[in-house]
Amino acid sequence: MSRMHRDRLKRQGRLRLCVQVIAAAFLNGYAAGFVKKSIFTGKTKLFCVPVLNCYACPGALGACPIGAMQTVAGGKGRSISFYVLGLLMLFGTVFGRLLCGFLCPFGLIQDLLVRIPLKKLTVPRSADRLLRYLKYAVLLIMVLLLPAAVQNELGSGDPWFCKYLCPAGTLEGGIPLVLLNPTLRSLAGVLFTWKTAVLLSILILSVKIPRVFCRYLCPLGAFYALFNRFACYQMQVAEHKCIACGKCTSVCPMQLDVPQEICSGECIRCGRCKAACPADAIRTDFSVLREKQEHTA
Amino acid sequence: MKRKRILRLCGLLCGAALTALGILRGEPEVILQKAVKICLECIGIG
Ligand code: SF4
Repeated sequence: MSRMHRDRLKRQGRLRLCVQVIAAAFLNGYAAGFVKKSIFTGKTKLFCVPVLNCYACPGALGACPIGAMQTVAGGKGRSISFYVLGLLMLFGTVFGRLLCGFLCPFGLIQDLLVRIPLKKLTVPRSADRLLRYLKYAVLLIMVLLLPAAVQNELGSGDPWFCKYLCPAGTLEGGIPLVLLNPTLRSLAGVLFTWKTAVLLSILILSVKIPRVFCRYLCPLGAFYALFNRFACYQMQVAEHKCIACGKCTSVCPMQLDVPQEICSGECIRCGRCKAACPADAIRTDFSVLREKQEHTA
Repeated sequence: MKRKRILRLCGLLCGAALTALGILRGEPEVILQKAVKICLECIGIG
């Protein structure tokens, strides 16, 4: 890669990092929560944020859409939440997985961990292709089916994803609250140990495999992936400009074959490939009804 | 290309309609009630 493109990649990385940090600070802007050892209780929590951000985080100002979906599914009506589904459809149709690449706080954590200079692991292609489906199973089974189908002793459904898997909940809510609040600390038991182990495994894996949680486990990523192909925000490779150098593929954190898969549900629109392309063959486009005609992949 | 535009429009219209329906069913209040209490499942306590 030429020096110019290396610099461009660095600049783009810094810019994206700034956006990610600002988004994480904004979504968790209730600093008083950390001092009061409690959580925000204002009306902004009527609204679901477009990313995985735990509402049990002391700083969280909005509701987590995945937590909210399970709350309604496990509630009295045992139904899918039209409100959350509708909001996520709107977010997905407008932005697709750009939200994963630029706004998600747990994506930011993974992007910071991958900067630790240790040799990265390339997941074998066949395993990678298979594991990608796991996140759809998580969405279907843990977020939509089990909370509605299995009753707990109180007659409601547990939020299975939050309870047994979500690493964002443990990191943003569990650890700070258990550290700050002695009552909660005294209640922490086997489940807390399990969730901490899940979180640690994901964090350690994130050092070696970029965006491992987004690739294989995130139910919100799975939902947005369904919209990525036709969302208003698009990325495309102009075939007539592409010189097939492979630089885009080598920098992709999602381990995509960029010219073939940039339009797939897996691309988080991080823009690294665009910054690395020596032929300026990758373009971004935002439109609702208009469609630029170009020879594209 | 035309298919994408149609899907986009469907996504936006269905999304807006479902959101409105959810609001009419009172779902945001259910979510608020959950979100303003410390979610014990989320933090790994119960
Ligand atoms: S294809 Fe490009 S924009 Fe998409 S995840 Fe890979 S590097 Fe990022």
